[in-house]
Amino acid sequence: MQTLKTVKAGKTARVVSVRGEGALRRRIMDMGFTKGAEVTVRKAAPLGDPIEVTVRGYELSLRKADADLIEVEDGH
Amino acid sequence: MAIKVALAGNPNSGKTTLFNTLTGSNQYVGNWPGVTVEKVEGKLKGNRDVTFIDLPGIYSLSPYSMEEVVSRNYLIDERPDVILNIIDGTNLERNLFLSTQLVELGIPVVAAINMMDVVHRNGDTIDTARLAKELGCHVVEISALKGTGVHEAAEAAMNAAGGAKTVPHHHFSGGVEHTLAHIEEAVLHHMPQERQRFFAIKLFERDAKIIEKLGLTPSQVAHIEEDIKRREAELEDDSESIITAERYTYIDSVIKDCVVFKNKGRLSVSDKIDRVVTNRFLALPIFAAVMFIVYFVSVTTVGMWVTNWANETLFGKTVPAAAEAFLTSAGCAEWLQSLIIDGMIAGVGSVLGFVPQLLILFIFLAFLEGCGYMARIAFILDRIFRKFGLSGKSFIPILIGTGCGVPGIMASRTIESERDRKMTIITTTFIPCAAKLPIIALIAGALFGGAWWVAPSAYFVGITAILCSGIILKKTKLFSDDAAPFLMELPAYHWPAIGNVLRSMWERAWSFIKKAGTVILLASVVVWFASGFGWEDGAFGMVDAEDSILAVIGGAIAWIFAPLGWGNWQSAVAAFTGLIAKENIVGTFGVLYGFAEVAGDGTEVWGALAASFTALSAYSFLVFNLLCAPCVAAVGAIRREMRSAKWFWFAIGYQCVFAYIVSLCVYQLGMMFTGSFGISTIIAILLAGLFIWMLFRSKKGCGRGCDRCSCHTVSTQQKDA
Repeated sequence: MQTLKTVKAGKTARVVSVRGEGALRRRIMDMGFTKGAEVTVRKAAPLGDPIEVTVRGYELSLRKADADLIEVEDGH
Repeated sequence: MAIKVALAGNPNSGKTTLFNTLTGSNQYVGNWPGVTVEKVEGKLKGNRDVTFIDLPGIYSLSPYSMEEVVSRNYLIDERPDVILNIIDGTNLERNLFLSTQLVELGIPVVAAINMMDVVHRNGDTIDTARLAKELGCHVVEISALKGTGVHEAAEAAMNAAGGAKTVPHHHFSGGVEHTLAHIEEAVLHHMPQERQRFFAIKLFERDAKIIEKLGLTPSQVAHIEEDIKRREAELEDDSESIITAERYTYIDSVIKDCVVFKNKGRLSVSDKIDRVVTNRFLALPIFAAVMFIVYFVSVTTVGMWVTNWANETLFGKTVPAAAEAFLTSAGCAEWLQSLIIDGMIAGVGSVLGFVPQLLILFIFLAFLEGCGYMARIAFILDRIFRKFGLSGKSFIPILIGTGCGVPGIMASRTIESERDRKMTIITTTFIPCAAKLPIIALIAGALFGGAWWVAPSAYFVGITAILCSGIILKKTKLFSDDAAPFLMELPAYHWPAIGNVLRSMWERAWSFIKKAGTVILLASVVVWFASGFGWEDGAFGMVDAEDSILAVIGGAIAWIFAPLGWGNWQSAVAAFTGLIAKENIVGTFGVLYGFAEVAGDGTEVWGALAASFTALSAYSFLVFNLLCAPCVAAVGAIRREMRSAKWFWFAIGYQCVFAYIVSLCVYQLGMMFTGSFGISTIIAILLAGLFIWMLFRSKKGCGRGCDRCSCHTVSTQQKDA
């Protein structure tokens, strides 16, 4: 399954599920990464990590290690 | 009737700005998520019966970082009379996620949609009447920054207090509701009806803290667990995902019904700025340029000019001369004249002279904090800082720490990872704070002829100390990895309100001035007294400084610092008074070496200092005082933030030992190059070797089998290859 980590800058994907467990997973979901949510990857930071995404209408930065927990499918 | 109104909402939604407007307080505001880390109370202007409680921002009622726990516990345990939910109108979707949970608490809720001025400017419209119906609570439109609608919001909150408890209009899917009803019936029936829903949902989500709070027996937990499991099997998902997803699905439908976006998909001004500022190639150069400008203007050029004027002319000549003339004409006793001029003016004046320079530094800090760049800095630097065992968010405490270490240490609370947070608390005060600037200026002026490189080198030493400590500590067992995500909202840029910038600048400068007028004044008097009086020939009285009480005390501890190159009693005393406040070191030297004694030449103390130091020992003195345990205020902040005696003492001990070793190496290795060699040199070489080994040794796996630490990632990559 593809994860958010591998989505290219400028592309939009749809969240399928969030892996991991406990508070970590909970936090990621609270920030809006729930089943069906559309996520657009904006860019990577100068050193390639973290990445900036738009989810639920706002800008969020997250590390690739965390993005790897978010399983996605192609959006459009 | 006394009313308690809690301000709750997402981070950076404007709660504190509203709080300041309503209560006339001067709480600290900024444009990044997590400015407020502690709850603050204030009375409504014009109605002392109404108390507002400003809570740290939260994304949901499942708290994650420390300051979020404060907010949830307050709402659940203290149960305010009414919750005023501040919602960022430009970011409705995620903000409403919290609102759907707040209305479940069984407390009257009033929703205030903030930043409506920006919403209107964007051309978007929000149907608040419809939104009110959907949420089941009163909704008002405000702009906390512009001050519009805020009194209506306060009015609405007061009216709602004591009225009907807000009842959520949102329902989960049938099966989930069925389970919730079952949980309420099974374990929550003793509770007032309106509170049951919140707890039922939390139990459904298996919130460990809530299970503990309710004191459920294992058999009760097992009983509801059975029910939850059945529902999860039916919906083919885990309970947390079910609840979260259903909430967001509901919010989607609310947004569709209540909001019309005019420019969906078009680049906003913030997006355009970010195209440049966080650009792959430009981000780091721009960051370096911003830091350089801040530093160049506030520390070297403009800052240096105003400080020189204030120190040499104002507190060096004008004030002492005027005071002397006045005291002489008033026929004042000689000892009192000495107390006022040599004690108070010398001590306090040498510190106050830095106020104009600090005002410039504080304006820059206030602007950086207000405009939205802070979160971008964390974004840009995270990768680099992670290499050193810190988080990108660690830079925010460090940058604030250049103003003052106390808010810097407090700002570490937004860091989710416990390990990164502790590391940041320990290392933040290595960066020269505003109070250390006077020490740098003194050493640079007295021993290095005002050389340009001394001040930058102090910041360099600070940053290097932070990064090296990160590496060294990361490799110890104490800082084993724990899994924590780095999720940071990047807020839209906006021009900070002039009032806020000036207020923030003044608040900081004023606390510095207040300190000079109280603590430093007192310390200066004590130092003046202790350095002027003592026992001579068995009788107590005025003596030469060399025979004074202070010389005796200083002499008793001076041997500790002798290997660092500054074993005279004055320096030992100065370093010690630096623990009261760092700028006190300058004040102490001012008194001990008679800063204002010769009114004609303000730089008199420089000559005296230059006589008792060499360039090398002075630099070692500077390094020690930059890195050792901070002033008592910051030490207190470390104690509060660590919340553990063990960690507190570890932090202070680490800072002092680290400072001692670095200074020792600076001095002894420096001496070695000038041809001096002794037992101390060998110790210094061994310590330097140990230091380098600690830096470069390979880290042993923590053995916890987590998949997030760097060592593991490397080994998996190798396996893949």
